[in-house]
Amino acid sequence: MKVTTDTICSDLLKEVEEYSGEKVASCIQCGKCSGGCPMLEAMDLLPHQVMRLAQLGLKEDIMKSKTLWVCASCFTCAARCQRDLDLSKVMEGFRVIQLRQKGGNTMHPRQLTPEQLKDAPQQAIISGFRKYSK
Amino acid sequence: MKRVGVFVCWCGSNIAATVDIERVIAAARKMPNVVYASDNKYMCSELGQASIRESIEKENITRVVIASCSPRMHENTFRKTVAAAGLNPFYLEIANIREHCSWVHKEGEVGTVKAISLVRTAVAKAARNEPLTPSSLQITKRALVIGAGIAGIQAALDIADSGYQVDLVEKEPSIGGRMAQLDKTFPTLDCSACILTPKMVDVAQHDNITLHTYSVVEKVDGYVGNFTATIRKKSRGIDMEKCTGCGICYEKCPVKVDSEFEAGMAKRRAIYVPFPQAVPNKPVIDRENCRYFTQGKCKVCQKLCPAGAVDYELEDEVLTVEYGAIVVATGFDILDLQAYGEYGYGKHPDVLTSLEFERLVNASGPTGGKILRPSDGKPPRTVAFIQCVGSRDQAKGKAYCSKVCCMYTAKHAILLREKVPGAKPIVFYIDVRTPGKDYEEFYNRATDEYGATYIRGQVGKVYPEGDRLIIRGVDSLSARPVELEVDMVVLAVAVTARADAAGVGRMLGITTNAHQFFNEAHPKLRPVETHSAGIYLAGMCQGPKDIPEAVAQASAAAVKVVGLLNKDSLVGNPTVANVDESMCSGCLECTQVCPYDAIKEKSITERRGRETLTRTVAEVNEGLCQGCGACSVACRPGANNLKGFTNEQILAEVDAVCL
Repeated sequence: MKVTTDTICSDLLKEVEEYSGEKVASCIQCGKCSGGCPMLEAMDLLPHQVMRLAQLGLKEDIMKSKTLWVCASCFTCAARCQRDLDLSKVMEGFRVIQLRQKGGNTMHPRQLTPEQLKDAPQQAIISGFRKYSK
Repeated sequence: MKRVGVFVCWCGSNIAATVDIERVIAAARKMPNVVYASDNKYMCSELGQASIRESIEKENITRVVIASCSPRMHENTFRKTVAAAGLNPFYLEIANIREHCSWVHKEGEVGTVKAISLVRTAVAKAARNEPLTPSSLQITKRALVIGAGIAGIQAALDIADSGYQVDLVEKEPSIGGRMAQLDKTFPTLDCSACILTPKMVDVAQHDNITLHTYSVVEKVDGYVGNFTATIRKKSRGIDMEKCTGCGICYEKCPVKVDSEFEAGMAKRRAIYVPFPQAVPNKPVIDRENCRYFTQGKCKVCQKLCPAGAVDYELEDEVLTVEYGAIVVATGFDILDLQAYGEYGYGKHPDVLTSLEFERLVNASGPTGGKILRPSDGKPPRTVAFIQCVGSRDQAKGKAYCSKVCCMYTAKHAILLREKVPGAKPIVFYIDVRTPGKDYEEFYNRATDEYGATYIRGQVGKVYPEGDRLIIRGVDSLSARPVELEVDMVVLAVAVTARADAAGVGRMLGITTNAHQFFNEAHPKLRPVETHSAGIYLAGMCQGPKDIPEAVAQASAAAVKVVGLLNKDSLVGNPTVANVDESMCSGCLECTQVCPYDAIKEKSITERRGRETLTRTVAEVNEGLCQGCGACSVACRPGANNLKGFTNEQILAEVDAVCL
């Protein structure tokens, strides 16, 4: 994905900063987060790359990355970041953005097998529909 | 018969651990002319020096060899010791058996043999040492400061405050230099003019400062303490006594040309004051563009001047003044962008240099401080700043870092956001370098508080599309291509030495580096001195630096000047070149090789039998000579000798090693 004026001026950075409470713009790409991340080998984007793509507003690249879901929230990055950023919160912010995307990750009752329906707590399913099916 | 004494130092274990001191002493006793040899654990200690003095008196020693550390360490110490014993201090010779021997030869046998060899050469030379007496030089108690930007202004004020007369020479019609052109200063964002103009006024009002604006230094002769400078005060075409600075003349002048002060962003008249706070605040006639001087008619300014101050016939004035010291503060230029077609500078009006952007932001600038696009007068929504334009470019620009661009670009990003709410600053960089107090924090404000996006990568191309500019580049951090549509592009152009720096250097007898910045005498320990005694450096002319550094260097240069002028007289260096006129053939090869311009030709008359002949010989100016010895080497008849290092002495050393 290409960096353009639109991506740089998009709301992505503002949005993820609001959800995570972390100043993603202040990342200086030192790479220490990726250097200490225990889940690194299972990631397609390294943690510092996620931060960089966020600064440039490259939303699609982040959204399709496995990294958001591989992150174990172990806080190693947060403990070591010299800009005092907590990347696990940023990852969570992106997961929230992904889950709340209109049309994406919606849950249809028809996709659920009868076994799943039988075992699942009904309250959870209904609240999930409410939250993610808009 | 000379009586040579040899004193060998252990330097603790520095020398003694490698060199067999006993063998050196035994060998020294057998050398020609040596009458005495002894050792001491620390020859430089009080006890060591006392033993030297006692031995000189007791053994009637007339020449002294001390085998110890480098003469750079203790030559002065031991010269004083020798002088205290009643000998000429230049009777001393040092054999460097530490740096040149024990420290580099770990194996004892080799070290000992070499130490003996070094002592033998020193003994051979010492036996031929002649008494030398330093000359005493008078000092003219007046300083010359060349260039009246912030560095020159600060140096002049500090010297003048110390009670010495200073002449401040500026080639432009006003003092102030580059700093006067800037809008705000990093990292505090205080207004450049607000902090500069009080200093400019101080200069104008100071009893000890004589200001020569619109003037150039044409020639400098002489040496430390005794320089003679020729200063040309170019004619302003204005009687400075009569002019009241009312400004009617330039309001009515019919000629409009690009203003240098406004970096070409606005026009000025042919008779003009460069900027409102100019010092002196009196106009100057630009003869190259004035209608009267180019076409022979007009005289509007003369007709309108209520004080009758306009006088086209005024001539240049040439002054010859003597000085004891000189501060060079000639400032900098910015790189010509002809080689950088890819950035579209000159092709599209909305591609600006940083200096042009400074004027655009400035309240007294062409837009009254509103950031507007030169093409259509609209405020830009997105502005791209490109750093390292010509800096760190070994191929077609300058290999060095210009040092100030990272910080002023962060400042520009902040100012853009403050002046145009919602505007987006985008900065292309290679590295962001912020070494300085509160500098990194300032840069962080640009990214964290003012929404500047930094893209790591150089721009490949800038081209117009419609009324906007397209920038193509790459973000090397994310390895993603970048294609931006922006409203304005600002280029952080490399700073360079003044175009005439090499010529100024030749005039003063000081050297420049490969980029024409003046060379300091030592990059760490003598950062404001030059290799020419009495000439000091301040500001960008020595290398890229920001305002605080320029001011610090200027004050340092001022202290050096004051320290020099405080002396009643100077002790000259006696190891200077000397011409034996009877042997000189007058070829003047020595004048060609002398880097200090210290040798001149001279006519002498002499009798040969019945005839009286006049012939040319070389003459050394002992005040200028730094004792480098280049002339002695170049002299074909061997008439030129460096005192203390004569051909006879050097050859005796060579013989002592080889025979």
